[in-house]
Amino acid sequence: MTDQSLSPPIGIARQPHAAAGPATRWFSPRLPAGLPGFVKFAALVILASIVLTPLIATALGGFKELGDLRANPFGLPKLWVWRNYWDILSGARYWQMLGNSLFISLFTVFLTLTLASMAAFAFAHLHFFGDRFLLNYLLLGLLFPVATAILPLFIKIRDLGLLNSHWGIVLPQTAFALGMAILLLRNAFKELPSELLDAALMDGCGYIRYFIHITLPLSAPILSTVAVIAFVNSWNNYILPLVVLNTETRYPWTLGLMAYQGEYSTNWQLVLAFITLTILPAIVMFVMAQKYIVAGLTAGAVKG
Amino acid sequence: MTATIASPGAASRRAGGRGGLTVLIFLPPALLLFTIFVAMPMGEAVWYSFYNWNGYGRPENFVGLKNYLSLIGNAAFLRALANNGLIILTSLAIQLPLALGVALMVAGKIRGAVAFRMIFFLPYILADVATGLIWRFAYDGDYGLISGAMSLIGAPPVYPLADKSWAFPAVLVVIVWKYFGFHMMLYIAGLQSLDKSLLEAAEMDGASAVQRFWHITLPLLGPMIRLSVFFSVVGALQLFDMIVPLTGGGPFDTTNTMVSYLYFFGITRMRVGFGSAVGVVLFLFCVTFALGYRRLFMRDD
Repeated sequence: MTDQSLSPPIGIARQPHAAAGPATRWFSPRLPAGLPGFVKFAALVILASIVLTPLIATALGGFKELGDLRANPFGLPKLWVWRNYWDILSGARYWQMLGNSLFISLFTVFLTLTLASMAAFAFAHLHFFGDRFLLNYLLLGLLFPVATAILPLFIKIRDLGLLNSHWGIVLPQTAFALGMAILLLRNAFKELPSELLDAALMDGCGYIRYFIHITLPLSAPILSTVAVIAFVNSWNNYILPLVVLNTETRYPWTLGLMAYQGEYSTNWQLVLAFITLTILPAIVMFVMAQKYIVAGLTAGAVKG
Repeated sequence: MTATIASPGAASRRAGGRGGLTVLIFLPPALLLFTIFVAMPMGEAVWYSFYNWNGYGRPENFVGLKNYLSLIGNAAFLRALANNGLIILTSLAIQLPLALGVALMVAGKIRGAVAFRMIFFLPYILADVATGLIWRFAYDGDYGLISGAMSLIGAPPVYPLADKSWAFPAVLVVIVWKYFGFHMMLYIAGLQSLDKSLLEAAEMDGASAVQRFWHITLPLLGPMIRLSVFFSVVGALQLFDMIVPLTGGGPFDTTNTMVSYLYFFGITRMRVGFGSAVGVVLFLFCVTFALGYRRLFMRDD
């Protein structure tokens, strides 16, 4: 999804009664329920080819010469031009972009996990003056996307001297990721058996040690969900780096891709090769860890 | 006595000594970061929106509601607003039924169900920027896929993104292409948690497939449908990344969303006051929707 930071209203997934929204009435019920298997299968194959065609054509287009691309955008290249890809892979630009994106994303994930799990722990296990108020305050961030406050945010980043630096992206990204992360983590921490905490405190174990040695290891699944959400959002983020950065060597891949397209806009075969290479890490990760990514992005959304 | 201490919640009550210290260590970092980068900018957006300011020095040129009033008669902004509405309409009328239909097909026993699910989910993990560029290629009149397909049937090339009346529908196609797989996954999750015995009982009682869908599956999917509608609207309100590579808001400002309008008319021209006013309007839409939706669908809680 694009950004990301908005969560569903708490509890709507748990609604017991059911009134189908008006949208569903537009849907013909006969299709999925009553069709024979091979018609369904054929429909799925057609839909899958619509989904895949632009992606495959993009990857193949990167192997073509410009004239070949013009005459034959769909088919295999007449002549496989490996040079398009090779020039990008052997240059510094591509790797620098990926490195920048990785730096930004990893620090965003690390900071989000650290700050959110600490705050979530306090909200889950401790009562203190104003705790309800402070939790609601932090959850306000779920209500609006970063774009709404992007101009004042730009001025804030500038005044803090973080303009054109990666921290100017990491810190606001973390701040906007906190709401969702705290919500997910607090709910998970609360579900851990409270007898554990009571026993640990009786034995003289402090809250902080309990947090580090018991809570965090027991919460690995939800921590990985939060990490996946924070990483994907950060990796794909465009608007914040667009506003914060102005030196091309510091661009993450989303900005770098647009800059490359601006430079080589008349050479679609190069742009297509560049697109293919920039989305490759995401696709490889998705194929390797699809279970976690799907669970993280959908189940995480549902639980929030 | 031990029983009291071991009861749930006992730990919380002891938050006095060590607990208080823990709170003092654990909470401030998150609060500080949130306050500086989320809460303050939002408050400042309201403040700046009453000024005419280029971002340098302090905002001094107070203009009252002028920034807001100028939005009301602004054709490009109204078009952006309408486009956000069209995205929501498309999501509800086309994307959700499609996602639900596909979910019903791939949740059952069909060959390659897992592969289909992954293929349909794949576009969702791509960044909007990359998706936008891929489709800019697909729509390109000289090199693109649509024109290529047209030439196969002997038709002249088309330039949908350069055409005032076709550019935004073309954008809508990309949105459905990218996001229906996410909603499909939500519905699959919903279908998997359905109570199968209900459907079996209905089948034994002679309910047809259509009846089972209308009277059992659909009502039981209600919570997931509401969630999916929520994500559609929220996603529509903040759509931006895709617009820049696809059309840049053009031709003639016909494909802006509220956020891309904010970017092209507020940020790139450093009209801080005006852009902040757009941000505040967007904020009001988001908050009204999120809270209103919650109220409407959570009356029983």
